[in-house]
Amino acid sequence: MFATGLIVFRETLEAALFVGIIAAATRGIERRSLWMAGGVLVGFAGALLMAAGMQQVSAWADGIGQDLLNVGIISVALLMLAWHCIWVSTHGREMAKEASQVGLSAAHGSSSLWALSVAVALSVLREGAETVLFIAGFMSGSTEQGATMLLGAVMGLFSGALVGVLIYLGLAKVKTQHLFSVTNALILVLAGSLASQLAKTLNQAGLVERWSEPLWNASNILSNDSSLGVFLHALMGYDASPSVLQLLFYAGAVSLIWIGTLQAHKRQSQR
Amino acid sequence: MSSPSSKLLTTAGLAADRSLYLTKETKMKTTHIRSVFAPLSMGLMALAFSGLAAAADFEAALSIKNHQFEPAEIKVPANKRVRLTVHNQDATPEEFESHDLNREKVVPAGAKAVIFIGPLKLGRYAFMGEYNAATAKGAVVAE
Repeated sequence: MFATGLIVFRETLEAALFVGIIAAATRGIERRSLWMAGGVLVGFAGALLMAAGMQQVSAWADGIGQDLLNVGIISVALLMLAWHCIWVSTHGREMAKEASQVGLSAAHGSSSLWALSVAVALSVLREGAETVLFIAGFMSGSTEQGATMLLGAVMGLFSGALVGVLIYLGLAKVKTQHLFSVTNALILVLAGSLASQLAKTLNQAGLVERWSEPLWNASNILSNDSSLGVFLHALMGYDASPSVLQLLFYAGAVSLIWIGTLQAHKRQSQR
Repeated sequence: MSSPSSKLLTTAGLAADRSLYLTKETKMKTTHIRSVFAPLSMGLMALAFSGLAAAADFEAALSIKNHQFEPAEIKVPANKRVRLTVHNQDATPEEFESHDLNREKVVPAGAKAVIFIGPLKLGRYAFMGEYNAATAKGAVVAE
């Protein structure tokens, strides 16, 4: 039961932290709860569909169908996060000013809201599909075993969601004038994490040949399966044995988006 | 207010955008980073993707039966790309995971999935089934 709970906790935590940080980043924007909830619901529906079709998808493209799908999902999510960071840097100052006075109108926030909603949906989709598949798997077994495992899964789900809520509440305490820079930094790190996962998937599917071996293996110091390792992985894409490609993609995504936001900010202040 | 066209530029064409601001850029500290970084990152990506032909030098196969890997030990030639096909013959999904190989993939019940590993240096690389960690254990031995 504990092993089941831990597995579900790990998957849920990734999505929960993602949603928690993005929900915090949209604080004060009109109708954002609708967009966020919509993203989660669409993601969940998609997860059910994806789990149902996973067996077929797995065989596509000579066995790498699942990886190709993940490449598409992660790439789009990355673009959405990049869009948000850059969009906020062009509107950040006016938004922060407005937010401290009145609630932000959806007109100002909506441009980035749809992108974040899509990113949220994709995150829930990816983690959700694996979780649904996993749970459906042991549910098909014997009923008593299935029941205890289901209990473990529910506890894992609840714990993961709880951490996401705690992160959100913690970020809710950040002063409005600092909110966008803090959440932007966190989202930047999330983007790096996504890029790292993209690299790993590309290597695994044989799409990128180079730099796929781990550069180091810190599993003895901080394993991917330890609770801190799980948390750091969900928050910033920690990997105990990253490949060179993963590190390059991580640094590349963070740098490119950061430079993009600097550029956009400069253009904004030049107007 | 940014026009729709400038929004498009900032999201999709950071590199193209750069050239419009070269005169003002010289005063900015980030010039140096930007002028070096973008071509460098694009060069790196080109290099990475130059290994795009997904042809493998060696084919290996693995089955999952009763939450165990069969065979528990796979021998592969060292320094060659290996195309590993994992066939999950159980009624429940399994996640093939290896820190040594840096691979992680869910294989649904009854499904076959392909994972590319290598080129591997001589040695032993452990892997496991995350969902049944107690029984699903194995290793790839590169000789």
